[in-house]
Amino acid sequence: MSDKSNAKSMSIIVTKGSLDWAYPPFILSTTAAAMGLEVSMFFTFYGLALLKKDLKLQVTPLGNAAMEMPMMGGHMVMPNAMAMLPGVDAAATVMMKNLIKKKGVASIEELREAAVESDVRMIACQMTLDLFEYKREDIIDGHELGGAATYIDIATKSDINLFI
Amino acid sequence: MADAVLDAKGLNCPLPILKAKKALKDVPSGGTLEILSTDPGSVADFEAFCRTTGNELLESSSGDGVYKFLIKHT
Repeated sequence: MSDKSNAKSMSIIVTKGSLDWAYPPFILSTTAAAMGLEVSMFFTFYGLALLKKDLKLQVTPLGNAAMEMPMMGGHMVMPNAMAMLPGVDAAATVMMKNLIKKKGVASIEELREAAVESDVRMIACQMTLDLFEYKREDIIDGHELGGAATYIDIATKSDINLFI
Repeated sequence: MADAVLDAKGLNCPLPILKAKKALKDVPSGGTLEILSTDPGSVADFEAFCRTTGNELLESSSGDGVYKFLIKHT
């Protein structure tokens, strides 16, 4: 098997925990693992939400000028004055999830499971756990705990280091 | 005839690659895997996948909106 022979490695710092921002780190980590790389993900600040057992990811059009949703043959951009109204995030999340399903895009749950299956190292930031008062039992099994030094140690040995 | 066939039609990036990697595990070394996809991005992606993993892309073709790849597991 030449799959692991190149033994390259990649690390990703995951700092964002919304539905849209959850995609880049999990797409890249699962694909890199499939291509034989050793992958480590360091979840910090809002990114830590992506390790919670119970994922309740949302997307918001508020302050997101580039978020154009396909609608009736065109694209819709929501003005901030509307995007701030109650229920808009929930509706935008439903729309996004429907699009994801319709276009054959994997769910975050599916990608995260693939990452776990392919031995991607998941490191939860200890400081973020303390700061936001998360408990270890709130996040998925198989994670490790670490801090900045843990990440830097991994990064110095990795071929690719990303911050998302 | 390929040793195994993976139907990845209707799936989007990165699922065809992830499923191909999984399917390759069951293909013996020297064996072949045929993949069917409707994702236009998979053309470049399977080339890249094979370049990095060392598996051999024997064939890449398309017709009627379906892309066909033949990969030799090395």
